Amino acid sequence: MTVVLKSAAFRAEREGSWRELERILATAQRRGIRSLLPQELSRLPVLYRAALSSLSVARATSLDKNLLEYLESLSSRAYLAVYAAHRHPLEALAEFFLRRFPRAVRAHWPHLALAFSLLLAGLWTGFALTRADPDRFYAFVNPFLSQGRGPASTTESLREVLYAQEDAAKMLKSFAMFLFSNNARVGITAFALGFVGAVPSALLLFGTGLMMGAFGALYASRGLSVEFWAWVLPHGVTELSAVALCGAAGMALGQALLFPGREERRAGLSRRGREAAVVVLGAVALFFLAGLVEGIFRQLVHAVPVRYAVAGVSSLLLGAYLFGAGRAGGRT
Amino acid sequence: MSPSLAAEPAGRAHEVVTPEGVPLRLEVAAAGDRVGALLLDLLFILLLTAGLLLPLVALAMVSVVGVDLVLAAAVLAVFLVRTFYFVWFELAWQGQTPGKRRLGIRAVDAQGGPLSAEAILARNLTRELELFLPMIALFAPGAAFPGAPGWLALLSLGWMLAFGFLPLFNRDRLRVGDLVAGTVVIRAPAAVLLEDLSIRARAAHEFTEAQLDVYGVFELQVLEGVLRGAGQPGHDEAVRTVAEKIREKLGVEGAAGDDQAFLEAFYAALRGRLEKRLLFGRRRRSKHDRL
Repeated sequence: MTVVLKSAAFRAEREGSWRELERILATAQRRGIRSLLPQELSRLPVLYRAALSSLSVARATSLDKNLLEYLESLSSRAYLAVYAAHRHPLEALAEFFLRRFPRAVRAHWPHLALAFSLLLAGLWTGFALTRADPDRFYAFVNPFLSQGRGPASTTESLREVLYAQEDAAKMLKSFAMFLFSNNARVGITAFALGFVGAVPSALLLFGTGLMMGAFGALYASRGLSVEFWAWVLPHGVTELSAVALCGAAGMALGQALLFPGREERRAGLSRRGREAAVVVLGAVALFFLAGLVEGIFRQLVHAVPVRYAVAGVSSLLLGAYLFGAGRAGGRT
Repeated sequence: MSPSLAAEPAGRAHEVVTPEGVPLRLEVAAAGDRVGALLLDLLFILLLTAGLLLPLVALAMVSVVGVDLVLAAAVLAVFLVRTFYFVWFELAWQGQTPGKRRLGIRAVDAQGGPLSAEAILARNLTRELELFLPMIALFAPGAAFPGAPGWLALLSLGWMLAFGFLPLFNRDRLRVGDLVAGTVVIRAPAAVLLEDLSIRARAAHEFTEAQLDVYGVFELQVLEGVLRGAGQPGHDEAVRTVAEKIREKLGVEGAAGDDQAFLEAFYAALRGRLEKRLLFGRRRRSKHDRL
């Protein structure tokens, strides 16, 4: 006599829907989920749930190893197809800048406040210390960035740097992009260093402040303060905000690692890590803008009042964007 | 039974619970596959960068556009490719990059939810710390540690490398980016549904309950492995050995040449018996389990 096992009958009954799901998944994998026909797309979640239910039944009733492995793998593949991110990167980009980024920044306001405080504390310390003893300038400023400027330079050469150099004027665009990629990399590193416990991120912020302060003191000692800040602020507003954002993201990461609170440490880390990454991506865009201003605008426009006007307008715009955008409509 | 035919030990499993409440076992990608995928991706990054730069250099040579613009585009291209290569592909290909796709692995959400764009960002922005910083430290120590004494540079290098090797020290092979983003990299599942062996059985063989109670689920599935091995070298040999062993255990005589049919019949009968017991909530894992 030939007895058909219950599990074999079960399989015979359901196999058609598994095969259909397999076909749809193969198409989706080969040509992307967008290539599916409307009726295939509407079948996908139905078939996925059917496969999951088959898997549950099979686990409880069947001992056919191949069948179990097949259903496990089919369900996993369908699960990955149904619950994957399906948005086109460009489409996601618009949503990102209109809502996602400003909201994430606002969610980080305590970290951001701390980041700005660290920057300002560094600025003040660098300024005060260099004022007291000009030679400290060398301790605070990386020689690569000072471009030979220092307490030993003449006032004339210091002033010259504030206005475009003739030979550099031809290379504005590449200079801007070089500044951007360098700054953005430092910013991303500041975020990633949060994983080491936030201290390096905080040091990076403080160190940036120190350097600015040292420069400020150097120029102040020659009576060039007004012109110096006119040189720094047009791009500095955007760039220092981006630095603060990256530092804040790093510190949020460090906080999740060191002080998880009531949350499980790993869960907290991934929750904060994702939010912080949003902030960092936005900051990279700000670095791009700052690089353009620093590399191009600053070399072309020398009038001090215009430079201050640009600084003022850009800080207003940036503030309005970060604190106002994406407030209406839906929660994050 | 020959040990080589025993069920292969499964890789490290990462269990996710789908939103429907069904636990799925995903196989964690092996460290070797991860490294292979990374090396492939780095190669692609290199090729992509070269592919973008060569036309630019050519443009500059024939001086259609200025050197400044070309250099600016080059710097921007290098930065964008290096920073967003992984992000772009994982967004567009649902957790896969060209390297991952070649090696059949993909990144998924560790909790079982959808893989979000934020998670993809987070897991790839940390590469700056895990990958590029140690690489710079390794190949251009001067740039990474300006003015640092040798011992300090060495210390920092070891510290940076520790982040790169983090996946080797945890069960789910998580790197820093996976921890920060809450993701895990798994082997992309693929399995083929073979025919149901129980349908092949013909009526020539009958077994008593006592005979069927000799074995459990483990032995059944090893037998399944033997029967599904048709066409592989050593298959006939394995069938003969296994059939002899089982006949000996059951105390039945059998004709040579009847081995395949005997095993198929025994498989169907044993599975029927064990599955019936399963319906009553008793799973006999192996022959060592009590009845």
